[in-house]
Amino acid sequence: MSSWLDYTINGLIVGNVYALVAVGLALIFGVSRLINFAQGSIYLVGAYVGWVAVVQLRTPLVVTVILVAAVAALVGLIIERFGLRPLQNSVRIAPLLATIGISFVLDQLVMLTFSPNPRALPSQLPDVRFQIGTGTIGPLDLLIAGVGITSALLLFVFLRYTKLGWAVRATAQDRDAAMQMGVDVNRVNQTVFGIAAALGGVSGMLVGMYYNQIDTAMSLQATLKGVVAEVVGGAGNVPGAVVGSMLLGLVESYGVAAFGTSYRNLFAFLLLIVVLVLRPNGLFASARQAPPEPLTGTFIAPSRPVRLPRWALAIAVGAFALLPLLPVSAYVLQTLINAWLLGMLALSLTLVAGTVGQVSLGHAALLAIGAYTSALLSLRLAVPVGIAIICGGLMSAALGTLLISPSFRLRGHYVSIATLAIGEIVSLVILNWESVTNGPIGLSGIPPLSLFGYELTSASSVYWFSFAVMVLLALLQARLLTSHLGRSFRAIRDDDVAARAYGLGLNRYKALAFIFGGFAAGVSGGIAAHLYSYINHETFNTQQSILALTVVILGGLGNVAGAILGSVALVGLPEAFRIAAEYRILIYGIVLLLLVRFRPQGLLGTI
Amino acid sequence: MTGTTPLLSLRGVTRTFGGLTAVDHIDLDLGQGELVSIIGPNGAGKTTLFNLVTGLDRPDGGEVRLGGQVITGFAPEKLANYGVARTFQLGRVFGNLSVMDNVLIGAHARLKAVKPAVPLIGPLLELGLALLRPSSVKAEEERLREEVRAILARFGERLLPRIDQPAYSLSYANRRRVEIARALALKPRLLLLDEPTAGMNPTETAEMQALISELKAEGLTILLIEHKLDMVMRLSDRVVVMDEGKKIAEGAGEEVRNDRKVIEAYLGHGLSPATSDEREPAA
Repeated sequence: MSSWLDYTINGLIVGNVYALVAVGLALIFGVSRLINFAQGSIYLVGAYVGWVAVVQLRTPLVVTVILVAAVAALVGLIIERFGLRPLQNSVRIAPLLATIGISFVLDQLVMLTFSPNPRALPSQLPDVRFQIGTGTIGPLDLLIAGVGITSALLLFVFLRYTKLGWAVRATAQDRDAAMQMGVDVNRVNQTVFGIAAALGGVSGMLVGMYYNQIDTAMSLQATLKGVVAEVVGGAGNVPGAVVGSMLLGLVESYGVAAFGTSYRNLFAFLLLIVVLVLRPNGLFASARQAPPEPLTGTFIAPSRPVRLPRWALAIAVGAFALLPLLPVSAYVLQTLINAWLLGMLALSLTLVAGTVGQVSLGHAALLAIGAYTSALLSLRLAVPVGIAIICGGLMSAALGTLLISPSFRLRGHYVSIATLAIGEIVSLVILNWESVTNGPIGLSGIPPLSLFGYELTSASSVYWFSFAVMVLLALLQARLLTSHLGRSFRAIRDDDVAARAYGLGLNRYKALAFIFGGFAAGVSGGIAAHLYSYINHETFNTQQSILALTVVILGGLGNVAGAILGSVALVGLPEAFRIAAEYRILIYGIVLLLLVRFRPQGLLGTI
Repeated sequence: MTGTTPLLSLRGVTRTFGGLTAVDHIDLDLGQGELVSIIGPNGAGKTTLFNLVTGLDRPDGGEVRLGGQVITGFAPEKLANYGVARTFQLGRVFGNLSVMDNVLIGAHARLKAVKPAVPLIGPLLELGLALLRPSSVKAEEERLREEVRAILARFGERLLPRIDQPAYSLSYANRRRVEIARALALKPRLLLLDEPTAGMNPTETAEMQALISELKAEGLTILLIEHKLDMVMRLSDRVVVMDEGKKIAEGAGEEVRNDRKVIEAYLGHGLSPATSDEREPAA
């Protein structure tokens, strides 16, 4: 079979590209125990620098590669110096959030500079295919393989035979010991970020040439694929990252061969989940690791939450409840309705990420589950909208918790990766399960919001409805936090080892948090579906997950009032200042970065 | 030791990390109400042994029994329900929780009203009861809060005035006290203390020693890891000495402290007992 060999070659070539990203991630993880979510953005920058060089400057290939590597390395150095080094002595969640923020800022800057439209990136190589046995291989394949092998050799020589390379390896083994022996850890970090960025940038350029197309959506995909490859190989394990990349490339390639292109990513994420569940330390880790080090109370910034007096909260709720009676425009009400919907999502995320410490990056998937459930129930089974929305909440709670449960045994960054992957899986299933979800066409004609048979047609009635639901959810959550579950959740976040020693089963309590939070998010998605009347697989995307995360950090992790305040601020202020939509995500990213750096406890403090 | 079944019984417990045998065929019996100390140089495997008993780590071989029942490799959350409580060597309080909440977590395994023992839907009932809070749940919570205040009162004025403060704001010694208070809130059958006085000054150490002595007098069974030999000698019914994962001596305090193997383990070979034991006159 000729195609089988072709798919193998294709898998190995794509694997080579992933390896360039994954090796960088592994190096960075090795020295700073950090999964760099901005790696994909550097890859994106590499692709666009490549485009400028090839299409506008018309540089020869060698110059293009060097230029891309140099610019990408510079971006990496800037990220390390200004984004991460100031956070060195910060809480563990800070660098994680910072790389997420940096990635959004970079992606948006690229998008604003080059527009989101795809561009062609010609490879500058002759278009011939060589016959190998029954398969074929082109010069670009050889170039990619060559770049991959050369980089691996250079890296090997650097790490094994140079003094700085030794310092990198020493730091990866034991940062404190390396520092005591006089290793300049900052210089090591810089080196590693520079190398990782150069490799990532070149990888982006090669992928652009391989598919002869680049666009700004590449970034997230690259981060995800690189992280999958790295985790499969074992975080921080450089040779493991290479093997993991090849494995990922082959799994995807064979998966595409068997089931079709639209399933490509599904295989990548399923591979990730399987590895995380079965071998969370990667395929090549020794069977059992020593018990983890204590990390008491350093996950989130310690702070005393601002205690808002009850009467002040009551006045605020009353004022917002009376707002539609005042002569305000429908535009203001519409903006606030969006804020209340985001508020419900933020309530959910602040419980999961703040109170229990599971920083979910795929939270929009819960919106999607709720929205599709509610929409389908009302469309296909004519279930009354009010009941359908509640069913959407319940479905999000049940299905969301079930999907996320493999990640309950993971910690820190791994939870974020797993939730990001699960979010993508949900979106891919919605896209591919056409008989139920209509696939890419989406669901249209979703019945409008109604309550006890009365349609909520006016802006003020929708406003009241969504506001009331959000306030109700907030009150329930505040009550939950004062119960034994509130302290149990927070105990698990602060120190899961000690929590387990006192009888707190992690699965049970993380599941309860996701059930409660999943319901709120599902209800929000359900309301949104009936409000928009049309939804598709892209309605609830990663951007919303990130927006919700920014809201949660802004308000204060775990803080119920903070989640709502943050939603009003992040939805309302850009409207008030009439900031164009394309700049908003950039602003959210910058807000996230500034908060992490200067006010990690948020406006109202963590709880 | 009493003639009945020992409360805790270890047989041939072994744990290896790669080529290193951290715990090497340890046998140990701990009778009801006994206080046994484990001493030994750093890296002897004492904390690893604690981890094996408390389920934080699983032994590669051997058997652990609690009250005659095999508990080898049970998950820590399960052992909490069997009445095993421990403190940690480096201190693991819940930094952002108040002193009250930290100690209440210790009583988590004893919650009944809010955690009905119903299979399958138990967790959902727990969520529902936490939100609805019927009077039985409220009463249980209030009773436990009273109990926590009583436990904190055992530490004099060290913790009570700080009951609502977050644990991260406490001094190091107070955090260690919170850990012990949390362990007591479990109403343990077996208490494992991992260096409870590490980093404490002489006054604080004396206070801690008095408290442990009280707990022993109340009949609590205690396994203690401690470096302060003076305290070990005063408190312990028996002392077990570990070195390089093996038990090298066991017996009453005085026997053990004059054992040549013990002195060698601590001080290296070729040193005479006379120069080694500077704390002798104090006893």
